[in-house]
Amino acid sequence: MVPERSAGVSKYLLDKFLFTIDRDPALVERYRGEPRATVEWWEAEEANRILSCIADERSTWLAFDDVEREALATHDHVRLFELGAHPFLTLTLFIAMFERDHGPLEYQLAYGAALQHLSMPYPDIAT
Amino acid sequence: MAEIVAVIASTHHPFYYRASTAVGEDRPPFADEWVPKIEAFRETLTRARPDVLVMVGSDHFHQLWLDNMPQFLVGKAPFYDANWYNEEREFGLPRMTLAGQEDLSAHVLRGGLDMGFDLAFSNELRIDHSITCPIITLRPEADLPIVPIYTNIFAPPLPRPERFVALGKAIRELVESWPSDQRVAIIGTGHLSLELGGPRQFGEHGPDPEFDRRAVEWIANGDIDGCCREVTLDSLHLPGNATHGFMDFMLMMGVAGEGAKAHHVDSLDLFHTMEAYFTWYPNGAPV
Repeated sequence: MVPERSAGVSKYLLDKFLFTIDRDPALVERYRGEPRATVEWWEAEEANRILSCIADERSTWLAFDDVEREALATHDHVRLFELGAHPFLTLTLFIAMFERDHGPLEYQLAYGAALQHLSMPYPDIAT
Repeated sequence: MAEIVAVIASTHHPFYYRASTAVGEDRPPFADEWVPKIEAFRETLTRARPDVLVMVGSDHFHQLWLDNMPQFLVGKAPFYDANWYNEEREFGLPRMTLAGQEDLSAHVLRGGLDMGFDLAFSNELRIDHSITCPIITLRPEADLPIVPIYTNIFAPPLPRPERFVALGKAIRELVESWPSDQRVAIIGTGHLSLELGGPRQFGEHGPDPEFDRRAVEWIANGDIDGCCREVTLDSLHLPGNATHGFMDFMLMMGVAGEGAKAHHVDSLDLFHTMEAYFTWYPNGAPV
């Protein structure tokens, strides 16, 4: 029996992707340059790794759905926000990838402006 | 018994280090107003002549992660390395190593458990800017041993605001019952209204200046009752999506005590978020 996956688990995996990429300088560059390939590699090789465990003791059940995979593969921070990914993780990683292409605060302001259509309450980020 | 020589509550702004050390074209226009405020705030701690610092903050998904997330955690280690790659990258924060005060950590853990707080602990904790920012602003020598206490204001479900206040009251009792002649300062950092990664981020002021004004009044006057009447886990979404960090200010109000007026109150209206600084002297201001 495979129980139906809950929305909370799905958000957890989005957050896990953002968290594990953000803390690794090489992965930040790889995700900036080749987003779709990085997401595919990460889902195949890393998504089920329990971070405090050896590789053999991995989970067996974590996967993105199509909407989540596409949002990550297209660097779509608006969609990630709508899906309930943790905003701090998304912001931190996206600043690391894209601030360098812009003037001071220009990227951060554009990032917020792209979310102007959203009103309170924001999507739930609880995992 | 140990003496609490200062209680300090502050915002922790990761931009301060870079802003205050930058020169020439790199120096932001607000730095010259900000630095004297921080230096005056620093003096409130220096005057208290502390031997030990209890440091309350919140890990920002650095060492603590969603596969094993504590609500309240006390560090118990002889040393704490500090700051993370993504904080060096985004804020230019330096790497640091701080000594620990393990005896006080053990006392807080044992006593906290016995008072009904099921505190998690860590024997190997790398701390982040929620603790190093106040070290940089208040004790840049980084020469005093610390007891780090982390709270979860970040990954829901969160403890309720009243629980933060209660833990603050307990921390005060625990430090005051520590059998030691050390002089202890309790320092905690959080946020006023703040939005990160949402439509209201990086505005000309904090996302909710009216919340900030009221929050400064609650804290400066020790108005725990008034604050708890207004602030809930749900209400904290309204001033900005990262405003749950205000609960660390509520914890520090618990440390300072109901009705305790702060001896030092200051704030600075920066773009993005308001800075706020408070110091209480439980046994009177040092001469």
